[in-house]
Amino acid sequence: MDKDQMQDFIAQRVAKELADNSVVNLGIGLPTRVANFVANDLTIHFQSENGFVGLGPAPDAENINPNIVNAGGQPVTILTGGAFFDSATSFGIIRGGHVDLTVLGALQVDELGNIANYMIPGKLVPGMGGAMDLLSGAKRVIVAMEHTAKGDKKILKKCTLPLTAAGVVNLIITEMGVIEVTPEGLVLKEVAPNYTAQQVQDATDAILIISEGL
Amino acid sequence: MSKLISISAAAAKVHDGATIMFGGFMANGTAERIVDALVTANVQNLTIICNDSGYIDRGVGKLIVNKQCKKLITSHIGLNKETGRQMTAGELEIILTPQGTLAEQIRAGGYGLGGILTRTGIGTLVEEGKQKINVDGIDYLLEKPLRADFAILGGSVVDRVGNIVYKGSTNNFNNVMASAADCVIVEAEELVEIGAIDPNHIITPGIFINYIVSRNEGCR
Repeated sequence: MDKDQMQDFIAQRVAKELADNSVVNLGIGLPTRVANFVANDLTIHFQSENGFVGLGPAPDAENINPNIVNAGGQPVTILTGGAFFDSATSFGIIRGGHVDLTVLGALQVDELGNIANYMIPGKLVPGMGGAMDLLSGAKRVIVAMEHTAKGDKKILKKCTLPLTAAGVVNLIITEMGVIEVTPEGLVLKEVAPNYTAQQVQDATDAILIISEGL
Repeated sequence: MSKLISISAAAAKVHDGATIMFGGFMANGTAERIVDALVTANVQNLTIICNDSGYIDRGVGKLIVNKQCKKLITSHIGLNKETGRQMTAGELEIILTPQGTLAEQIRAGGYGLGGILTRTGIGTLVEEGKQKINVDGIDYLLEKPLRADFAILGGSVVDRVGNIVYKGSTNNFNNVMASAADCVIVEAEELVEIGAIDPNHIITPGIFINYIVSRNEGCR
């Protein structure tokens, strides 16, 4: 798989976690692709933290409305039945537990459900944007990311980068498998085709509890 | 008294060292013409409060590229590489704030609240130096209110008393900031007569607005 196919593979697996009639916020980058794989029989209310629900797909070049952008500043559309609001309402929705699921990328995740995804001190400091609010406010948090970064392990015993939020991650989905964060530790629930549980463990710093049958 | 002034007159109200809130999200909903006039006026040592630092050629990013900003309170600087460069070089002080917290700090500043309590930022660098308050067994951070000398808003449809309607996602921080500054200026994409907007559809009431500049008239 090339990078593009790998991201689609991960997004496709994340899409299976979406529940009918739920409010979902997708982070920029890989998580945005999840919207492309929603099952036809589901109604999902995608929230865009810059101020609306009913986030629709990107428009064709000739149908761009400059007044409607997503949280990455890119042109998007709003679906029939959607609603615009200000940032205070938007983050009231987020902090208030009205977002059922958020899907975000990460630089590091650890076995306590800690996540680091907003800065590498001295190198990359883009800022947290809405990520801290989403992570502490959403009812469920899924991290969708490539399992390693150029060979460096990202699923750790303990994050070394500054945290975006502590103890909030529920599920980690990568091209190698699906890992659940539990009080007992990280449980490997699924292994992707072409990988073994041992290979997933070898690419992971934290000790994985391997589910039966894997 | 008419609130309508020219764009250059609006820029001339802003003094060196002012604290300015700018509405907009990645420049969507930012008063772009007033930003341009402030670049031309070259006011210095500004403290800017804005969701993000825009792009090098759009939104408040233009003021940063022109080195007019000494301090930035914001949630995201990733799409304007000059912001990061000035921060690393020690030329620009940046206070990174979670987006929802920033919105609530501004709302608190405008709505007479002494601060807000939020779980956002607990267990992260954001909690450093802040008071934690436990309410019914849950820890919250006390985040203090923010106010500014100026709030500069972008409105889609504005009537002559300053009532504002926002189109699409351009509202974002605009409506929140309208209440939180001593002098509030809105840049109207479309200026209409009083009564042309159904009062049921107004989002920001005109009583918050001190001055209006128009993109479709009075652009002297």
